[in-house]
Amino acid sequence: MTEHDLELMNVAPGAPHDSMLSETVSYVVGLGLALVLTAISFWVASTSSLWGPGVAVGLVVLAIAQMGVHLVFFLHITSGPDNTNNVLALAFGVMIVFLVMIGTIWIMAHMNTNMGPSPEMMNLQTQH
Amino acid sequence: MSSHEAPAIGFTHLGSEDTGLGHRGPQSKSIVVPYGFWLFILSDMVLFSALFATYASLVRATDGGPVTNQLFDRTNVAVETMALLISSFVCGLAMIAAKRKNMVWTQVWLTTTGLLGLVFLTIEIREFVGMINIGAGPQRSAFLSAFFTLVGCHGAHVTAGLMWIGTMMAQIWAKGFQPHITRRLLCLSVFWHALDIIWVAIFTIVYLIGTLP
Amino acid sequence: MSLFGKLTWSAIPFHEPIALITSLVVLLALGAIAGWITVKHHWPYLWHEYVTSTDHKRIGIMYIVLGLVMLVRGFADAIMMRAHQFLAVGPHQGYLNPEHYDQIFSAHGVIMIFFVAMPLVIGMMNFVVPLQLGVRDVAFPTLNNVSFWLTASGALLVNMSLFLGEFARTGWLAFPPLSEKLFSPGVGVDYYLVSLQISGVGTVLTAVNFVTTILKIRAPGMSYLRMPVFCWTSLASNLLILAAFPVLTATLAMLMLDRYLGFHFFTNDGGGNSMLYMNLIWVWGHPEVYILILPAFGIYSEVVSTFSGKPLFGYRSMVFATLAICILSFTVWLHHFFTMGAGADVNAIFGIASMLIGIPTGVKIYNWLFTMYGGRVRFNVPMYYTIGFMLTFVLGGLTGVLLAIPPVDFIVHNSLFLVAHFHNVIIPGVVFAILAGYTYWFPKAFGFTLDERLGKAVFWCWFIGFNLAFMPSYLLGFWGGTRRMQHIADPSWKPWLGVELVGAFFIAAAIALMVWQLFYSIKTKDQRLDTTGDPWDGRTLEWLTLSPPPHYNFAVLPDVHGEEAYWHRKQLAIERDELIPEPNYQPIEMPLNTPTGVIVAFFASVCGFAIIWYIWWLAIVGLIGAFAIMVWYAWRDEHEHIIPVEEVRKNARERRRIRQENLQTLSQSV
Repeated sequence: MTEHDLELMNVAPGAPHDSMLSETVSYVVGLGLALVLTAISFWVASTSSLWGPGVAVGLVVLAIAQMGVHLVFFLHITSGPDNTNNVLALAFGVMIVFLVMIGTIWIMAHMNTNMGPSPEMMNLQTQH
Repeated sequence: MSSHEAPAIGFTHLGSEDTGLGHRGPQSKSIVVPYGFWLFILSDMVLFSALFATYASLVRATDGGPVTNQLFDRTNVAVETMALLISSFVCGLAMIAAKRKNMVWTQVWLTTTGLLGLVFLTIEIREFVGMINIGAGPQRSAFLSAFFTLVGCHGAHVTAGLMWIGTMMAQIWAKGFQPHITRRLLCLSVFWHALDIIWVAIFTIVYLIGTLP
Repeated sequence: MSLFGKLTWSAIPFHEPIALITSLVVLLALGAIAGWITVKHHWPYLWHEYVTSTDHKRIGIMYIVLGLVMLVRGFADAIMMRAHQFLAVGPHQGYLNPEHYDQIFSAHGVIMIFFVAMPLVIGMMNFVVPLQLGVRDVAFPTLNNVSFWLTASGALLVNMSLFLGEFARTGWLAFPPLSEKLFSPGVGVDYYLVSLQISGVGTVLTAVNFVTTILKIRAPGMSYLRMPVFCWTSLASNLLILAAFPVLTATLAMLMLDRYLGFHFFTNDGGGNSMLYMNLIWVWGHPEVYILILPAFGIYSEVVSTFSGKPLFGYRSMVFATLAICILSFTVWLHHFFTMGAGADVNAIFGIASMLIGIPTGVKIYNWLFTMYGGRVRFNVPMYYTIGFMLTFVLGGLTGVLLAIPPVDFIVHNSLFLVAHFHNVIIPGVVFAILAGYTYWFPKAFGFTLDERLGKAVFWCWFIGFNLAFMPSYLLGFWGGTRRMQHIADPSWKPWLGVELVGAFFIAAAIALMVWQLFYSIKTKDQRLDTTGDPWDGRTLEWLTLSPPPHYNFAVLPDVHGEEAYWHRKQLAIERDELIPEPNYQPIEMPLNTPTGVIVAFFASVCGFAIIWYIWWLAIVGLIGAFAIMVWYAWRDEHEHIIPVEEVRKNARERRRIRQENLQTLSQSV
C-alpha cells in the first residue's frame, strides 16, 4: 500500500471530494434531490387524492429519504471503506435515536391507555 | 522468535500522518478533529430525539387550547425550508472556496449562508410572536410547551450557528486559511448541514403531519 | 426584582444549627488549606502543573481528588441518615426534621452518583487510557481540561447549597410533580438542575474526547482487538455517555422551563404528564448505571490478569460481552417504573430485556474466575477488592434479576430491598473497582506504592462495613420497609438498623484509614519506591514507561505486535537479555497549558449561581464571559510547545539504563 492509499483509508465527516467539479456536482445534485423530495412532501401533505391513513407514513419515509440525501451529498457520508468509522458512529446514533423515540412513544401510549381516567370516572367528575 | 517480530520502533507523533485505522498510529488532526465533532453532532441528534419523543407524546395534550391545525401555516414553513436548504447548499459552496483558499468567495458564500439563516430565524421568531399574541404561547398547554421547546431548540442552534459563522468569518479574515482554522470551518459546515437535517424532521413531523386534514 | 434576585440574608441557614456548623467547619477547612498553600508558596506549582494542565494524567488526578473529597461529603450524609434511622424508631423522633432529612438523602444520591462515582471513573479513564493505548495524550487535551472544570463547577454549586439556601428535597432524580414550582418553590431543585446541567456538559465533552481518542489515537499496531479490556470498557462507557447524557440534558431543561417560565411538560395542569419525566430520566438513568459499572469491569479485568500472571481468559468474549451490555443497557429503562402502569406486554418485554443483561455479565464473572484458575495468584490489595467484588456483586446481580421480574417488582418496588440491591451493585461493583484501581495505578502516578498492610485494613473495613450496612436492608425490604423513611414505626427493626449503623461506622473507619494510608505512604515512600515503572509485573503499556511518566508518556510511540503489548516486549527482552535497539529520538510536540478551562468554569459557575437565584444581569454577564473566553482561546496563535530532542533522549536513556539494570528482576513470575 502506498502512502496515498493509506490517506484514502480514512476521511473526516463532511470533508469534500477532491476535484472542484465533482464537489460542486455533489452539492448541486444534493440540492436538486432535496428540493424534489421537499416538493413531494408538501404535495403529499396537501393533496386529497391519496389514501388518508398512509399519508403520515409516506411523509416520514420521504423525510428519512431526504435526510439520507443530505448525509450523502452534503455531509459526504458514504458506504466506502474510507468512511467506516463515520458510518459506524452514525449507525450507533441512529439506533439510539430510534430506541429513544419509539420506546418513549410506545411506553407513553400504553400508559395513557391504561392509566387515563375511565369513562365512568369522567362522568363522576362532571356530575360534581 | 522470528526476526520480523523484533519491534521496529521509529514512529513518532511528529512525523506520523498515517491514517490506517489505528494500525499505523495516531491519525492526523485533520481526521481527528472533525471526527470528534461528528460524535458531538450525533449526541446532539439524541438530544433532539428526546424533544421529538416529548412532542409526539404531548401533541394531543392541548388542554382545551389551540391544536396543530389551527396554528401552523404551510406557506411560512415552505419559505423557511427553502431558506435553510439553500443556506445549507451555499455553505457547501463556501467550503469549496475555502478549500482553494479563495478569501473573497469564502466570505461571500459564508455571508450568504448567514443571511439565509437570518431569514429563517426572522420568520420563525415572527411565527412565535404571532402565536404568543393570540394566546397560544408555551404556557398555554403541554402541546405548546413541547412545540416551542422543540422548534425553539432548533432555532437556538441556528442562532448559535450564526454567531459561529460571524466569528469564523472574522477569524479567516484576520488569520487566513491556517490548517486549524480550516478544520474549524469544516466543523461549522457539518454543524450547519446537521441543522438542516433536523429541520427536515421538524417540518415533516411538526408542520406537515400536524396540518393534515 | 431586586439587584440580587431572590438572594437575601435569610438564605444563610441561621436557624439550622447542623447545616450552619457544617458550613462553618467546611469554610474553615477550606481557608486553612488555602492558607497552608499560600504559606508554602504552592500556588504557582498548582496553577502550572494542575489547574491549567492539559496533561491527561494530571487531569485524571484532579478528577480523582475531586471524587474522593466528594466521597467524604456524600458519606457524611450517609452516616447522618443511618444514625437518624437508628434513633428515629417507635416513639423517638431522631435528630433530623423531615425537611432536613429529605435534603440529605437527595444530596447523598446526587453527590454519590454525579460527583463521586462519575469523577472517579472518568479520572481513572483519563489517567490510564492514553497510557494503555501507548499514546501521548487524549485527542483534545484542552477540552479535557474544560470538562474537568465544568464538573468541578457543578460540584461547587451543589455544595454551595449547604450554606446558601437549601438543596432539593425530591430524591436524587427530582421527580415531578413534587419538583415543580408549585410544590418545591425554593431554590433547592434549581441548585440540583443547574449544577447537573453544567457538569453534564463537561461529561458529554469528556465522552466526545475519549471515543475519539480510542477510535483514532492509538499506538502503531494497536488494532481494536489488541486493546486492553479497560480501553474497551471505557469506549463502551463513553459511547453510552454520548448517547444518554443528551437525554438527561433535554429532560432537565424541560423541568427548568416548567419551573422558570411556566411551561407545562410535567405539571399537573395544562396537559402536562409527569410520567413522561420518569420515562425520559430513566432513558438516561439506566445507561448511567452501565456508564459506571463498565469501566469498573475493565479495572477488575486488568487487575485479575496482572495478579494471576496470566492473559485474561476469553479476551474476545469479554469484548463482545462489553459491547452487548452497551447496546442492551439502552433497551431496559422501563424496569425502573414497572409499577407505573404501562401494562403487561410492555412490562414483560422490558423485564426480559433486563434479565438478558445477566448473560454477558455472567460471561464476565466466569472469565475472571477462569483467569485466576491455574494462575499464580498474588494476593495484593487490588486482588482483595476483586475477590470481594466477585463474592458480593453476584448477590447484587441476582437480586437485580429478581427485580427485573415485574410481579416481584410490584412487591418490592421502592422498598429497602431495592436500596440494598443498588448499593450492592454500586459499592462492590464501582467503589471497590475504584479502590482497586487507585491502589493499582497509584505507583504509576506518583512513583511509589501505597502501604499494603493499611490497604488491607481499608479493604476489610469496606468489605465488612458494606455487608453490615446493607444486607439487613434486604430483610427490612421484605418486611415492608420503604425507602426514604424519616421515621420508622416498627420497634422490632431497631436491632437491624443498629447493625446497619455499625456497618456505617466500619465504612467511616475505612475512609479514615484511607486518609491515614495516604499520609503514611507519603511519609515512608522511600521504602516502597517504584524504580522500574513496573511494580506489579504488568502486562499493558502503561507499565512500559517510568513512574511517574514524563509529560509526553513515551519517548517514541511503542510498536504493538499482539495482545498484551508490554508483556510480549518484556518477555522478549528478558529472553534476549537486552532491550530493543535504541530508536531514533525526535523532538515532541505537546499541547500548551491553558487557563481556558478554569475561566470558562468560573463564568459557568457565576451564570449558574445567578440562574439559581434569579439574578438575571449576572447570568448574562456569565454567558458573555464564557463566550468571550472561548473566542479569545480560538484566537491564540501558539498551540504547542516542542520538547527538544536532547531532553527526550536524556530521559529515554535514563529509562533504558534503569530497565537494563532491572531486566532480570522485572518479571517476578519467571
